[in-house]
Amino acid sequence: MTAQEVRLCGLLLHEHFGEVVEKVGTHLLRSGAQNLRTIIHETGLSVDLVKKSLMVLVQHGACLFSSGRKGPGSPTEYRSGCDRILRILRYPRYIYTAKTLYGDTGELVVEELLQRGHMTMSGTVKTVADRLTQNMEEGRSMDYSEVSSAFSKLVETHFLQRCPKLAGAGTADTSAIPPTPESFPDCYKVPHMTLVGRGKRQLAAEDGEDQRNAKRQKMDSENSESVPGIYWQVNFERFHLHFRDQAIISAVANKLDQTSSEIVRTMLRMSEVTTSPAATCTKPLSANEIFRSLPASYNIPRPILDQYLTLLVDDPMEFVGKAGESGGGMYVVNLHRALANLARATLESVVQERFGSRSARIFRLLLRKRHLEQKQVEDFAMIPAKEAKDMLYTLLSQNLVQLQEIPKTPDYAPSRTFYLYTVNQLPTARMLLQNCYKTVANLIERRLFESKESKRLLEKSQRIEAILASLQASGAEPEQLTEVEEMITAPEKQQLDALKLHINKLDSAENQVDETIFLLESYVNSTATSTG
Amino acid sequence: MAGRGRGVAAFTFNIDALGISRGSMPEARVGPSPLFPSIDFKPVPLKAGEDEDYMLALKQEMRATMQRLPHNIKPQSNKSEVERYTERYLKKSQIEDEDWTPDWSLFPKELMPQTKKPRAKAGTKKKPVKISRKETEDMLSKLDELAKNDDRNPEKSDDETEKKPGNEEEEEVEAEEYDEEDIEEENDYIDSYFDNGEDFAADSDDNMDGEATY
Repeated sequence: MTAQEVRLCGLLLHEHFGEVVEKVGTHLLRSGAQNLRTIIHETGLSVDLVKKSLMVLVQHGACLFSSGRKGPGSPTEYRSGCDRILRILRYPRYIYTAKTLYGDTGELVVEELLQRGHMTMSGTVKTVADRLTQNMEEGRSMDYSEVSSAFSKLVETHFLQRCPKLAGAGTADTSAIPPTPESFPDCYKVPHMTLVGRGKRQLAAEDGEDQRNAKRQKMDSENSESVPGIYWQVNFERFHLHFRDQAIISAVANKLDQTSSEIVRTMLRMSEVTTSPAATCTKPLSANEIFRSLPASYNIPRPILDQYLTLLVDDPMEFVGKAGESGGGMYVVNLHRALANLARATLESVVQERFGSRSARIFRLLLRKRHLEQKQVEDFAMIPAKEAKDMLYTLLSQNLVQLQEIPKTPDYAPSRTFYLYTVNQLPTARMLLQNCYKTVANLIERRLFESKESKRLLEKSQRIEAILASLQASGAEPEQLTEVEEMITAPEKQQLDALKLHINKLDSAENQVDETIFLLESYVNSTATSTG
Repeated sequence: MAGRGRGVAAFTFNIDALGISRGSMPEARVGPSPLFPSIDFKPVPLKAGEDEDYMLALKQEMRATMQRLPHNIKPQSNKSEVERYTERYLKKSQIEDEDWTPDWSLFPKELMPQTKKPRAKAGTKKKPVKISRKETEDMLSKLDELAKNDDRNPEKSDDETEKKPGNEEEEEVEAEEYDEEDIEEENDYIDSYFDNGEDFAADSDDNMDGEATY
């Protein structure tokens, strides 16, 4: 819970849930687990505002509650974690992935669940069907069964999961760790429910339509909601595994070629269900199996496949490893090593873009050779001494390179000590991750500043759009429309366009920094699980 | 310390061993580094493509939607008396979402807002009634004991009248109040207050005749 993370979480909470929830949320993040009275006292807000904010946070999974430390009788304690709130940055990516995998229906299902925190299946299906019907042509509406099938597919592939039940809400819960969704065996089971109905269009209020709608609503409510109390939420971990696989496949495609990336994609797809999320590498797959499972469009002959596999194994990036000789060769995808290599490539690219390619050469050299003296750096990098010194000092002042002292004598006399330059990948990655959080927070603040500056202009343009919309709806002549449009003068229009461009750029930058955040976070988490 | 007198820039060790000479030192820092330093290398432009544009649109839409949902809690703002022109036009385009009613089985009990209000009101009402009930019950139990001991009703009433201090008189009044509350409707008025029936009513009538009505 670093200062940068808390600041970013505060900004995200403010944007999406309002400033009351932001106050309560940041207070919880900074102070750890607290009970209701302390929160009310320390934030100085009124009782029901605090209660409502806590409910919103719990609804979205940002806050967990458990019975107090002193035992089951003490008041419930609420604690909040940065991770869940930082996921808000990644919502567009989740929705877009759902769209690519399951089409518009899947996209809307995931979007609804992300916006509401957790919902019942029937509630989601109804809302999504209504939204889809809105966008369809007149007279057509979306059937509930299509939406239900998309929902079930998402659950089967583990992209959605059930919310964990409150095991220890009233009874004494001895375990301090809240139950994870995975600890329930029914986590991914879709209940047997037949939802019959069609989506409803949001029509302009006319009496006849209202009556028909009311009748239809009654019929629908009879058929749906047979299983109460099962709430579904988005399974972020599964999305992360998917993103990780995508990153590995695109890295292979960039480094080698399309066919090798297809082979790696096949291997990853085959081991989707057999690999646990924290595994270091996938289960070994024999070359025969891979050959059989390749997509039909890639009919490469068997010996070529073997050559590709050998190439992949020999590649210094070590994406694929050989685990045995049976079945024509057993191959694994080294997940953690792939993540480490991707993180390393990110670090190198950061150094290159900030300090130039020669500094990047020094950085890469130090990553490979671990510890080098000043003189050796100059020799290996083939850079003149003075410039090498300068670059090393710059990197050192930015904390990307560290100095390791090796004394010859116990009194650490400088003349009799070796000073070696070194790069530690994990701490450097953590530092860059914090820099990324700071970057995103700065981007958000700049965007808010820009919109605040031009608030008057934005309001005016919104008003004019509303007037235009109402005029068009009531059927106005083109002259009236142009008259209204001319209410915005040309320089104002220019200003508006520039503002829009800036805001779009800042937003897009946030999305793309989040991709780097994802890579670095996955790397840091993978090392934590393997060493811990 | 000895070196400070002669010259501050004397190193305590052999500088050549490090491979640097005195001339190649970087300049000393003067003050903190600038807030927005000029950078030598410009940042790489953003990725631009269909995917990025779509995700940008998604992000902006999601932000707008989430600000309209009931999850977005606005602080208590004083409603301005005059509804501003802009707000009227903006409201037209918004579809108001219903209030959010969560499933209470997923939340801890203490977060439920409704139960607090009736408790607050009932608490203030119940207190005098409770005290009176407790005291009257004590009274009644004492009386019952005494009745059992003496087995005579007049003595019971004697006991009642013999107890002089004001507390007991109040208890008596409350005992009557309790009995009468049992018999008649629950209301806040003490019916014994009107027991002096006609006098009081006559008085009030007199007052009514005497005073002019405005």
